[in-house]
This record gives sequence, C-alpha cells and structure tokens, in this order.
Amino acid sequence: MKNKALRWTVLTLFGLYFLVPMGASVEFSLRDVNNTHSFASWGKILDEPDLLPTLGTSLWVAAGTVALTLLLMVPTVSWVHLRKPKLRRLIEGVSLLPLVIPPIVLVNGVLVVFRDAPEVINGTPVILVLEYVILALPFTYRTLDAGLAAISLPTLVEAARSLGASWPTVLLRVIVPNIRSAVFGAAFLNLALVLGEYTLASILLMDTFPVWTVSTGQSEAGVSVAVSLLSLLVAFLLLFVLSLVAGRRKASRGVS
Amino acid sequence: MKTVLETPQAKTGASVEFRGLRREFGEVRALDGLDLTISTGELVALLGPSGCGKTTALRVLAGLEAVDAGEVLVDGTDVVGVPANKRDMGMVFQAYSLFPNLTVRDNVAFGLRLRGVATAARQKRARELLELVGLSAQEKRYPHQLSGGQQQRVALARALAIEPRVLLLDEPLSALDALVRTQLRDEIRRLQLRVGITTLFVTHDQEEALSIADRVGVMRSGRLEQCDSPVELYARPATAFVAEFVGTMNRLPGVVAVGGASVDVAGERLVLAEPARRTDGDAVTVLVRPEAVTLVAASDGRAVVTDHSFRGAVTRVTALLSDGTAVLADLPSVSAAELLPGTGVDVSFGTQPVLLAS
Repeated sequence: MKNKALRWTVLTLFGLYFLVPMGASVEFSLRDVNNTHSFASWGKILDEPDLLPTLGTSLWVAAGTVALTLLLMVPTVSWVHLRKPKLRRLIEGVSLLPLVIPPIVLVNGVLVVFRDAPEVINGTPVILVLEYVILALPFTYRTLDAGLAAISLPTLVEAARSLGASWPTVLLRVIVPNIRSAVFGAAFLNLALVLGEYTLASILLMDTFPVWTVSTGQSEAGVSVAVSLLSLLVAFLLLFVLSLVAGRRKASRGVS
Repeated sequence: MKTVLETPQAKTGASVEFRGLRREFGEVRALDGLDLTISTGELVALLGPSGCGKTTALRVLAGLEAVDAGEVLVDGTDVVGVPANKRDMGMVFQAYSLFPNLTVRDNVAFGLRLRGVATAARQKRARELLELVGLSAQEKRYPHQLSGGQQQRVALARALAIEPRVLLLDEPLSALDALVRTQLRDEIRRLQLRVGITTLFVTHDQEEALSIADRVGVMRSGRLEQCDSPVELYARPATAFVAEFVGTMNRLPGVVAVGGASVDVAGERLVLAEPARRTDGDAVTVLVRPEAVTLVAASDGRAVVTDHSFRGAVTRVTALLSDGTAVLADLPSVSAAELLPGTGVDVSFGTQPVLLAS
C-alpha cells in the first residue's frame, strides 16, 4: 500500500513536471487581445510561406540521417558483437564523444574538414546529414548494442551460415529482423534529434524547421509557441507512424 | 527432390577425414595434430573433458573455425578454404539457435528458402521433417513457445532439411533435463540410422557417447587418445586416460612385480594389460573397474563394507581395505543385499588384465 502511494506520488510529480509547461504553452498560444482566447496564432502559422519548405528540408535530412545511420551502424555494431566483443566498451566510449564535444567545436571541425568538399555537400543540407549521423551516434550505438546483446547473436549467425546464408543474407534475414525494435528505436531517436536540432543548422545557415521556428518566434511570440507545439506534434505523429509500421510488420510476420 | 522419408536406408552422407589438424588460440592448443576418419553413414561421437578440442574439431568441419594446419577431407576433397555457407553441413547447437522471428515451419524451411526452393515445395518438405521429429502440431508456433526439447527437435529438422553432407551435433542435449535428454538421444540415433547420414556428435557426457555412437573418439589436449566402438573402448581402453574417462575406475595402490608384467594389489597378483616400464618394487596406481571386483562375506576378511548405493539390477558397494583404501564394487543387487555396512569381506579383483594410472 505504502509502495503504491509512493509510486503514484512520484508519477504525479513527474507528470506535472512535463504537462504543466506544455499546458501553459497551449494556453499561451491560444491567448488573444483583451484576455480572450482564440486560434489566431495557430491560424497565422498557415500564412507563413516558409513553413512547408523548412519542414520539407528537415524531413529529408531526417530520412537521410536515419538511412545513413542504419546503413553504417547496424553492420558495424553487429560485427563488433560477433568478432570484437572486447572492443564494445571502447567503442561505446568513443560513441559518447559527440555528447562531450561542444556543438561549436563540432561545427568548426566539420567546416574545416569539408572546406574543399564539393558544393553538393557543403552548400546543401547533405552536410547536416553527415553531422547528425555523428551527433546521434551515442543514442544509435547504445540502442543497437542493447538490441544485439538481447539475442544469442553468435549462435543465430552460425546457424544461418551453416544453413547456407551469405553475410548480406545473415544481416538482412537474421540480424535485422531480430533486433527490429532496436532498429526502430534508433530511427526514432535520430528523427527526434533532427527535428529538434537548432545550433548546428543555424551556424551552418541551413533553413531547417527548428531554425525557422526560432526565427519566427523572434517576431511573434504567440506564433512561436504555437509552432513549437506544432513541431512537437509533428514529431509525435512521425513516431506514431513509425511505431504503427513496426507493429504491422510484427502482426503480419510468420505468413511467408 | 527426393525426401528422407522415401529413402529410409539410403546412405546420403559423405565420408570425412581430418588430417593433422592444428589450431591454437593464443597460448592454448585446441587441436594438436588431430587425425580422424568417419565413414559414410557412421555416427562418431567425440568425447572429452572441456577444453580438449572436441568442439573446435566440429566447428572446423562446419567451416566456423579456421585451422592453422592440416586438411579436412569431405568425400576426398579438402574443404579447408570453403566458407561455412557453402559446405552443406547440418548443424545443431547446444541451445537458442532457432530464429526467434520465424515460426517453427519457417525455421525448418529457412535453408531451403536460401536454396531457392519454391514456396509450396519447401513448406511440404518442412512439414515432412516436422512430422519426422513429431512436431507437426507446432508448425505455426514461435520458438519461445516451445520447450527446450521441442526446440532441439526443430533444430534437428532444420539441419536435416537441407539434406546436408554431414550432420554436426554440438552438445545438443546438454541444456536439457535428464528425462528429455535420454528420449531425444535415442530419437537422434533412430533418425540418424533412418536417414543414413554421416554424423559427428560432440559431448562431454560419456554415457551419451557410448549409447549413441558407432564409434567413440576420446580426445585429450587436442589429440585423439583412442577411437573405437563403445564396447571396445570400455573393455580395452588404450590408455589410462581413456580408462578413467570412460566408466568408473578404482584407483588402488600397488607394487610392480614379475619384471613389470604384473602388479601386487592388496595381497593379490594382477596381470598388466601392457608391461610396466618400471622396476619391481615400484609403487604404482592400478586401475580396476568396479564390476571386476567381487566381495565375499568373511568375518576375518581384509575389508569392511562401509556404504551401499542401490542402482536397480546392480548395487555399488564401497568397502574399506585395512590400509584405508576405498574400493568400489558393482555387485548383483541380490547378493549385495546381505553385505550390510559393517560386514567383513574378502576382496578379489578378478582375472582381467589391468592398467596403471599415468
């Protein structure tokens, strides 16, 4: 009984911690002149000509980041688990570096490295994809690492090999389906990161959705808050769609 | 595609020969010049303590482990450079080898799918194999919904589905509980004989090896000590290591006599299976099987019964010699009944030639 009460108290406190600011934001975004409430600020969002292009840019960067991350990291982490398990600690440490290095250092480093790179990379959001893959590394690595640790990877791989599977087949037919939730988890985290990242994009003068949100907010407070909430909604919606896809795959499997 | 069901007596397996296999892991010599031949359709069990190299030998044949030197001949062709996925070896692991994301049927059909067998054909064959291992009713289940024994049956069906050249069993029973282990052991043997497939079975359990195999190879430190039929191995162990590893042995203090041809143990002179390279009077340890020992009740006997352990038809009786050496004797339970603890007995060690401990 006592335990239960404690649990609810903690849950309520945390709930309030998250919900009160959000509720306040909603209330603020609905405020109109003379203490009345209306959807005026939300309505103005639709009049913003830069909303869709910046959102488009962010989604594409997100898609690129997710794709490149998974393409790079799923085989790499699998290989570490299979062949170099002793390196797991070291690689985990290295993967945490992006959390330690200040964004300004990271962005300067990237600018120096890519100074002579062709314009396709330098002048377009492609450079953001490359940066976000690095920035998301701590989350990606840990998620995939946990997913692989939860299955009996060496045995499954050896079983597949002896049944005639080539390495690409092992990866696609055996490893990926069995760490699917970790793969989706990594994709979620990448997505959330890209849709919320401001510093790098702003320094690199890229017009992404978060950058637009901030710049709009500087002129109109109500609209800014509405847009922030909107970005939350967009993120929720995308995560929801992703988890729906994940769930459907699960329901339909076994009917081969 | 012919099926295992239609060819019950066919010898579908290949012959296997290991020649001078060597493999080192850092300082450890897992294989130290291993030679072994397995004929077509034969079931050979590799037996030995952990770290003796038996699993490494099996993994080398599967292509999952490289060798430093030596040849692995399958049907006369060296396969050392061939990757695991091109070797057509059916492998059953100790546990947790089924693909968790696939149903039982899809697990069995996995290898066929990789070989481009059409959906209908591979499902038909998966069903046949599941019938063979008695799991037709579970074909739509997922591995986590099955018991350990059922999972191993599925693993066996999956390995056989690809009609492998050799069936490799890597301690497939050691994660199961005793009853299931015995059942599945007998079933593996029945299936193996029916399919006629060449099989390498690795285990650390001597009872398992002796009961299932045509020949048992006892390994020690990366080499084969002896490879013989279970009966031969038990009755005429080539070395003291084999003698002690297979079955139970009494270790008794003795003294070399008759120029190394015999040994004196507790007042009895026993013939040595091979002459000792020792001088008369040297103290040695003599190995005698419990079933070779007889105990006869005698009030002035040289030993006293201290313990009884009933095992059905036989009872293992422990007697203490006057010098404090414990002797185990397997006696028919009927005659053991009267030898209660405290009874004085005369001990004799039979007429079979004995071995010395190394």
